[in-house]
Amino acid sequence: MMLEVKDLHVTVEGSEILKGLTLTVNPGEVHAIMGPNGAGKSTLSAVIAGKDGYEVTGGSITFEGKDVLEMEIEERAQAGLLLGFQYPVEIPGVKNIYLLKAALNAQRTARGEEEIPAPEFMKLVREKLNFMQMDPSFLQRAVNEGFSGGEKKRNEILQMLVLQPKLAMLDEIDSGLDIDAMKVVAKGINSLRSEERAILLVTHYQRLLDHIEPDVVHVLVDGRIVKSGDKNLALELESRGYDWLVEGSAA
Amino acid sequence: MSEEQTFIDALNRRMAARDAAEPTWVAARRQAASARFEAVGFPTRRDEAWKYTDTRSIARGTFVQADNAEFSPAAAAALTLPLDAIRLTFVDGVFSAALSDLDALPAGATVETLSQALESNHEAVGAVLGRLAGVDFSPFAALNTAFAEEGAIIRLAPGTVVETPILLQFLSREGDQPTMCHPRVLIEAGARSEATVIEHYVGETDAKNFTNVITEVLLDRGAIVQHYKLQEAPVGDMHIASVHVDQGRDSRFTSFNLNLGGALVRNDIVADLNAEGAETQYFGLFFAQGRQHVDNHTLVNHNAPRTYSQESYKGILDDRARGVFNGKVIVKRDSQQIEAYQNNANLLLSDRAEIDTKPELEIYADDVKCSHGATTGQLDEEAIYALRTRGIDEQTARGLLTLAFAGEVMEQVKHDAIAQRVELAVAGKLPERFNLAGLVEAAVALGEEG
Repeated sequence: MMLEVKDLHVTVEGSEILKGLTLTVNPGEVHAIMGPNGAGKSTLSAVIAGKDGYEVTGGSITFEGKDVLEMEIEERAQAGLLLGFQYPVEIPGVKNIYLLKAALNAQRTARGEEEIPAPEFMKLVREKLNFMQMDPSFLQRAVNEGFSGGEKKRNEILQMLVLQPKLAMLDEIDSGLDIDAMKVVAKGINSLRSEERAILLVTHYQRLLDHIEPDVVHVLVDGRIVKSGDKNLALELESRGYDWLVEGSAA
Repeated sequence: MSEEQTFIDALNRRMAARDAAEPTWVAARRQAASARFEAVGFPTRRDEAWKYTDTRSIARGTFVQADNAEFSPAAAAALTLPLDAIRLTFVDGVFSAALSDLDALPAGATVETLSQALESNHEAVGAVLGRLAGVDFSPFAALNTAFAEEGAIIRLAPGTVVETPILLQFLSREGDQPTMCHPRVLIEAGARSEATVIEHYVGETDAKNFTNVITEVLLDRGAIVQHYKLQEAPVGDMHIASVHVDQGRDSRFTSFNLNLGGALVRNDIVADLNAEGAETQYFGLFFAQGRQHVDNHTLVNHNAPRTYSQESYKGILDDRARGVFNGKVIVKRDSQQIEAYQNNANLLLSDRAEIDTKPELEIYADDVKCSHGATTGQLDEEAIYALRTRGIDEQTARGLLTLAFAGEVMEQVKHDAIAQRVELAVAGKLPERFNLAGLVEAAVALGEEG
């Protein structure tokens, strides 16, 4: 298995958000985690990525057998665990090309590989840009600075395509996207699907799953996964909402 | 014996040892400057202009004046800016013909050393030199005028455009005894002439010398002068400098004041916008670490209506470094419809680094557009996190963001060789833990390829 989350308890500013979450993701699988607002969806991806301010009070996270909670933030990314943000941060003055190159070389160096030669890097980046229907001038722009919501999300996917993570976690990647942008983003995510790779989609709405078909759908309510199923579960949630599961969880 | 007397005695010994008489006006000015210096003495912290900058390390120093310009050509080549230039080199203030090259100088432009210019026509020099920088400007201006022996005189005839940058290179040497030099630079830009002048201060790692330089720039109607100062002197050097600018109608002056080196650094820049349509732009970047102290005082005098000034200074301070920014804009009573914008942003990389920043506007006209702002902050932790989630280690992330902060000024630098040099220097000078040199080189290579 690739990612194993066991009985995870997480506290944020004194209140428990995740209350014993268990999840297993295998290579080749696409998982969707759905749930109402405040259920802990974003907390899960933030904890896996190593964001400050989340206290793990119990349980474990392992990635390819390694204890994720013992790894530095950058080590997680170098190991192939990559998070696409719901609200990508603007980084004034740092050009996209710098970020991509530095990130790719960090990953390669961590794996004991040589840094990528400049021409090969440019070829790779141009190819991925083209695939995401982004203008090359974008490389010289500062990371996310002045980008529209759709451009920011495309940029997250572009980074994924260049860095080729083993596990791509995407937090509400569909929020703020119009249908055309959603299609481009979904195309990018679908191109990451492979036998060796896994994808974890965190989403409130089912509509993203019209474009990216999940193998497993989990429903997260009040800090726990209360139900798992196949793609039909997402459709059921679409028509019935979350209330029937919330009540079930409370009972 | 007072600290001042030590310097005056040194001057007297120096003059007594001269084998040839100087033009009368030169000797008279030296005497007047020496008297002025004796009367005012070195500045103290009680002087408003020197409130944050302690110059006792200069006052208490014992400096000799160099009498030769020996410098290994290979070492000089390693230090020089990699660009095609009309080049004058001074070693501890002494002119080096061997390290100079005036081949690219076009007709209509002359570039001479001060001593050559005095020899060929001292009256022409005397008519202009010191017009903008009087001995009452500061004690160091008096000291410079008393001691000045060498420097560069650049004259552009009307309409002359010098495409190749004029590079004045000041090399600081290691030695048994610290040296001092008091160079003068004079740039006379005739009507509609155009040139780029670069002052580059650099030297051997362990040098501990004192440089006290004055630059005067006169722009006639429609002249365009870009003045770059790249100060990457050895970190033991003391560096006091002032740039004085007089602008005629529709002239354009741009100053890039880039400071990376020196133990104690003080820059004054003063521009007088004396006729309509004159424009001045000040760009500054200072990066200091260890116990470096960098003080930048700038002044723009809007003496005429419809003049324009813009200023952007960025400071990066690490360790226990200290920075000072004082930016003053004065708009005279009848200087209507002027525009003056000023900004200073500082980045503190350490809890013990300090910056004192003070923008000052004095406006005596009522129809003006002026703004100023100063900010000081740390690196954005959220941005660092975002970079780390892409696999970039924390030190590199901090380095990238630091370069990005400097980048906003560097983007304005039109000469790639200087821009790249500063980016590399900033990266190389960042504490070793940032380990950025390779990264920037790669990015520079990419820029060329892309």
